[in-house]
Amino acid sequence: MAKKEVVAMLLAGGQGKRLKGLTKSLAKPAVYFGGTYRIIDFPLSNCSNSGIDTVGVLTQYEPLVLHSYIGIGSDWDLDRKNGGVYVLPPHEREDGSNWYRGTADAIYRNLNFIEQFDPEHVLILSGDHIYKMDYEKMLQYHKEKDADCTISVIDVPLEEASRFGLLNTHDDYRIYEFEEKPPEPKSTLASMGIYLFKWDVLKRFLIQDEQQASTSYDFGKDIIPLLLENEKSLYAYPFEGYWKDVGTIRSLWESNMDLLDEETPFNLNDPDWRIYTRNPNQPAQYISPSAKVRNCIISEGSVVHGEVDHSVMFYGIEVGENSSVTDSVIMPRVKIGQNVRIHKAIIAEGLVIPDGVHLSPAPKDESDILLVDQEELERQLLEGMTSKA
Amino acid sequence: MKPLIGVINLDHELEELKELTYFRCGAAVPYAGRYRLIDFVLSNMMNAGIESIGVFVRRKYRSLMDHLGDGKPWDLDRKHGGMFILPPDWNDPTDTSQGDLQHFHNNLDFFRRGSGQYVVHAGSRHVTKADLQDVYRYHISKGADVTLVCKKVDQLLPEHDACVKVEDDGNGHVVDIHQSADHPNIYTEIFIMEKELFLHQVQRCIAHGESHFFRDVIQKNPDGLNIAAYAYDGYHAVINSIDSYYRNSLELLNSGLYEQLFKEQPVHTKIKYEAPAKYLDTAEVKHSLLANGCIVGGEVEDSILFRGVQVAKGAKIKGSIIMQKCYIGEGAVLENVILDKDVKLSGGQTLIGDPSNPYILAKSTII
Repeated sequence: MAKKEVVAMLLAGGQGKRLKGLTKSLAKPAVYFGGTYRIIDFPLSNCSNSGIDTVGVLTQYEPLVLHSYIGIGSDWDLDRKNGGVYVLPPHEREDGSNWYRGTADAIYRNLNFIEQFDPEHVLILSGDHIYKMDYEKMLQYHKEKDADCTISVIDVPLEEASRFGLLNTHDDYRIYEFEEKPPEPKSTLASMGIYLFKWDVLKRFLIQDEQQASTSYDFGKDIIPLLLENEKSLYAYPFEGYWKDVGTIRSLWESNMDLLDEETPFNLNDPDWRIYTRNPNQPAQYISPSAKVRNCIISEGSVVHGEVDHSVMFYGIEVGENSSVTDSVIMPRVKIGQNVRIHKAIIAEGLVIPDGVHLSPAPKDESDILLVDQEELERQLLEGMTSKA
Repeated sequence: MKPLIGVINLDHELEELKELTYFRCGAAVPYAGRYRLIDFVLSNMMNAGIESIGVFVRRKYRSLMDHLGDGKPWDLDRKHGGMFILPPDWNDPTDTSQGDLQHFHNNLDFFRRGSGQYVVHAGSRHVTKADLQDVYRYHISKGADVTLVCKKVDQLLPEHDACVKVEDDGNGHVVDIHQSADHPNIYTEIFIMEKELFLHQVQRCIAHGESHFFRDVIQKNPDGLNIAAYAYDGYHAVINSIDSYYRNSLELLNSGLYEQLFKEQPVHTKIKYEAPAKYLDTAEVKHSLLANGCIVGGEVEDSILFRGVQVAKGAKIKGSIIMQKCYIGEGAVLENVILDKDVKLSGGQTLIGDPSNPYILAKSTII
């Protein structure tokens, strides 16, 4: 393999427990977002648009969909002779078999993969954030600072800061302290979980960390503190722009709703920064004479007879006559019958919603978002029948 | 062994769609919101498992080649077989072939290397969902030399005038082929024939100074071939004039026809990476087809919007076909209009055509 300046390692093994029914048989990076995408499309497209052509994708939890979705990477222009995308599941070795025990362990177990490209730098990404970022600019910054490690940070409101890993820096953004979710935040610079390392430094510390009995094999908890302890040069790279951790039902919903503003903070239509995805190959969407659609996004292959307001609709969806969808996210291939009301809900892929069903959070809990998967739908239908009886 | 190889013969297709075919051949004309006319026949061949397809082009094929690329969207980027775009390139002074026979004669390697035993021939002007495997089975069961795929239309329309008509004896055996205006059994330009017989007829025609395979081999039928007719009864549109293009396009707003064309078997096309269509708070859209990448702030009714069209607030579009990446400015009014790709209309413009004679703006026009 020819030498590469940067190899990206994308951590995509996360279970995403807080997404409940959406990740029952799906790794979090494969969860749908934005009418036609999956979450992993964002870091993969960012790599492609940033000119990074060598990406290792570390998978673990429910990898089937993710593996077949990534395929040979051609949708992200990552089908390359030299480099390209590699799916890296945990594997058995002579000394036994182990699942990835943490983010750092996952990289440690793939040292040989990285080594074959003899890179100068390694970029660590996670597969559960929605953002557009030019990693090339971060690399320039990293090189200008001659940093051993550069961590991308975003300024968060002080009252929310204690939810994040926070970095305390000098005026020149040199990091002197890292605090994981501190109750009394000293700064508002939150780590975005995007790390750029000098490869020789990272390699040394990964090996060192792996031998410590007390480690939790985590970048935030172990590797970064270890680097700071050893007085390595760590810099924060301030990122401005839209960035969202879509780890919960609520944040997934919010992030989808953000797309609906006329002046959206997150434009998916930028011809200079396309988000690539596997094309579902659907015909143009059909909006019938009885339909009312506004303040929404709708993807190809959907057929709308009813009303859609302030919602995100994926592809291949049917909305029957006299049905209404408001403040909701409808995943691919959902069939909505007639006289259905859906409000503040996320409807999981492929569900069939029978005529007359009403789906919305309990009245006392308007702030909540109702997640409807097969189980929840059956529960609601049963409840509907008993309440009628 | 795969039994079929595909031939898409664009040699006789004229550029009949005015502004839409000034700079592209008919096969490359955009249709139904996100496709090109050739996608339908290619998808039919793909869905029938045909793995080797030759596309014989003669004129204005730059945009067609751009669209087809390496054939990947139709699964035709293959190690063995795949898609071959075969432009005219014949400089052999001793070659006496003419017309579409030139293509067949000069590309014998395509036919010989393709592993199929039967040739499925088609053009791009007839939009169908013909099941070519079923046609093949019918062809074999009839023991025919040639099988023509025919569509009996309920109503003869102006575009059917130019079509070839087929008369059969009620048993699927063809007794006459002509161009009478009042006959309802339309030849769809799809036929199937054994490859060896096809190539033999190509040589015979060249030896006789002929120039048109269908006319000189099948219609005139000097060799007394046994010709069968396959009755196709699915979606069918003939696109050979602006009138037929406009009318058949807008008829897809009939949800039954939409389902028939798209929902049973997929139609494939060149992949674009567009965000889903976005409807602003002010959007009023009904009875329309929209592709991804559109941003709509105005009113759209009875219309087709291709990928990436932007309709500003206060703009009104009715009965119109707006192709890829057009921009319609604030307060513009469009009625019965066809805008080719990349047309930019500044605000306040009014363009009104007649349903029987829609107003057309050529590609990249800026007003």
